Amino acid sequence: MPDKIKFTIDGKECLAEPGQTIYEAARANGVYIPVLCHYEGLKPVGSCRICSVRVNGRWMASCTQPVTEGMVIENAVPEVEEFRKAIIEMLLVEGNHFCPTCEKSGNCELQALAYRYQIMVPQFPYLFPKREIEAFPGFLLEHNRCIQCQRCVRAIQTRDGQKIFTMKNRSKDVRVNVDRKLAAKMSEDQIQKAMDICPVGAILKKEVGFRLPIGKRKYDHRPIGSEIEEKK
Amino acid sequence: MARKITIEPVTRVEGHGKVTIHLDDNGRVVESRFHVVEFRGFERFVQGRPYWEIPVLVQRLCGICPVSHHLAGAKAMDIIVGVSPEKLPPTAEKIRRLMHYGQMLQSHALHFFHLASPDLLFGFDADPAVRNIIGVAKFHKEIAIRGVILRKFGQEIIKATAGKKIHGTGAIPGGVNKSLTPEERDYFLKSPDPYNIDKMIEWAQEAIDIFKKIHKENKDLLDNFANFPSNHLSLVRKDGALDFYHGVLRAVDAEGRKILNDVDYQDYLEYIGEEVRPWSYMKFPYLKKLGKEKGWYRVGPIARLNTCDYIPSPRAQKEFEEYKAYTDGKPNNMTLHSHWARLIELLHAAEVIKELLHDKDIIGDKLVRKGKKRKEGVGLIEAPRGTLFHHYRINDDDQVVMANLIVSTTNNNEAFNQAVNWVAQKFISEKPEITEGMLNRVEVAIRAYDPCLSCATHALGQMPLEVDLYDSKGNLLDRKRK
Repeated sequence: MPDKIKFTIDGKECLAEPGQTIYEAARANGVYIPVLCHYEGLKPVGSCRICSVRVNGRWMASCTQPVTEGMVIENAVPEVEEFRKAIIEMLLVEGNHFCPTCEKSGNCELQALAYRYQIMVPQFPYLFPKREIEAFPGFLLEHNRCIQCQRCVRAIQTRDGQKIFTMKNRSKDVRVNVDRKLAAKMSEDQIQKAMDICPVGAILKKEVGFRLPIGKRKYDHRPIGSEIEEKK
Repeated sequence: MARKITIEPVTRVEGHGKVTIHLDDNGRVVESRFHVVEFRGFERFVQGRPYWEIPVLVQRLCGICPVSHHLAGAKAMDIIVGVSPEKLPPTAEKIRRLMHYGQMLQSHALHFFHLASPDLLFGFDADPAVRNIIGVAKFHKEIAIRGVILRKFGQEIIKATAGKKIHGTGAIPGGVNKSLTPEERDYFLKSPDPYNIDKMIEWAQEAIDIFKKIHKENKDLLDNFANFPSNHLSLVRKDGALDFYHGVLRAVDAEGRKILNDVDYQDYLEYIGEEVRPWSYMKFPYLKKLGKEKGWYRVGPIARLNTCDYIPSPRAQKEFEEYKAYTDGKPNNMTLHSHWARLIELLHAAEVIKELLHDKDIIGDKLVRKGKKRKEGVGLIEAPRGTLFHHYRINDDDQVVMANLIVSTTNNNEAFNQAVNWVAQKFISEKPEITEGMLNRVEVAIRAYDPCLSCATHALGQMPLEVDLYDSKGNLLDRKRK
């Protein structure tokens, strides 16, 4: 069995299994690093950059970077936290996120991060983009709220491995695209999985919104990340 | 020289409005209008939203009685998911009722104790520096505290049923998302004084006694101030009982004759029209049968007690009998008696809350029902301020394509104008000088209806009042702000 890898996060001495990413190793050591595009069990893409840390002085995405011996990682330090806060704020102003009437409220990871980072008013101006809601037989795709994390693209496939969700366009126009024919064949469970895996309220299974009462939602009582930090 | 008086903003009401009073060369009132100058446009921006979002979205019209919009929207969505209001699971229906009567309790308490009591306790001409809630807290501490606690109790009921005191999510299409736990129920039944329902009933009863005492001492004023005949409209239970949550539409004229006889509100468009006048964002609804001129009506506490046959709770029924006897069983058209009617409703709400808390269904677990989906639904409810209409159509993709809202305050629009005109004719016409007391009388008349102007225009703001005085050529001569 190969030896464990020694590294530090904010001065705390930690051990990692060979092959673990910084994000995975931090989590195993009770250190919370926020993620949005990453999801347990999916291949990381490192696109949202909210998990960025400084490793030996250099910026890296912790969800894609494997741990190596002797890494000195800066995570919960002001400069890194400010950088993450700015990303959350940019995501909030780039779409149309109206939490008060969104059925994902209380279960939304973007909202939970905004609370964790105590964002009252974003430092950037709202863009109020004009976007649409696309309807499919079992669900709605709310483009106003999509943060292009690609979780649905990676997680939801047909039995023979065809992607139902893909990305289209480039740069600021990049959007999630849905194959209508394949979407029409999605099972209830698949739609539920797509809705659950979406970190925001972009994928809405029809007719089930607001079934979970206030008080029973994921982030009603504890901030996002606290379940990891409690393992310390 | 002719003048125009503007009162802007109108104070101690929810929302933003102004009053203009036009005087001719001899200082006689020619015309007076109550303008609602906010605009929000909820009916437009709900278009495209998924129908199950409606109860949560439209309640954002208001922070005072969001439960009304929440439930009216949910009732319309019940129809959309194929469940008529009578077919909801008993737990769902009773939890919604509890939420709604909790709201009636808090909203009526807010209005009487915080908004109206300064006028009634200190008099219309009292120093404005005292004639406010701070003055009540200073000189009538017990009354102010009761107002706060009654309101808190209602808000806690809302929190227990909707998840939050303001803008919860309890009602969903076809039911609710939670019932009460036995612990939540016992909190309202068994908490030490004063935080239990028995104390609330006692205080509601004593609030009526406060009004009756004030009435006894100021009979002339309270009976005659802005007393004018009108039609009255509300929901009543199928057997004619007072019901805030569900029923059929009934309207009576000033003599008590039924002019809308217990009709199904799904067909409201057959009976109710809406007129637009260029000087206000608020429409003027009317009964189509009687036309724009004569078809206007009042809604709210005074209208409800004029349309219903009885109140289905013992203490409130006893008070109702005394109230009805005062007008020999005829409709009560005295504007300031709406405070009396509101307090009887406050007592009824408290009694119903107690009854519901003792009902096993409120801790049940069958919360939602689903039927055959429909494309269109109407939801009506008796909000604290009166009958509230919500009407939606959806498309094949479950998105809302049409919304029509007639809120309580809109229904009272002509009544405000009538009341303002009555005060203007009586107190301002041919008077050489306008005093603060005169202006306050205009506000007292409006305030009696507890208007929520933000809701009425689907608008946002605070409620100041300004009065402008114009000459007959339209030149601004004087402006008084509050």
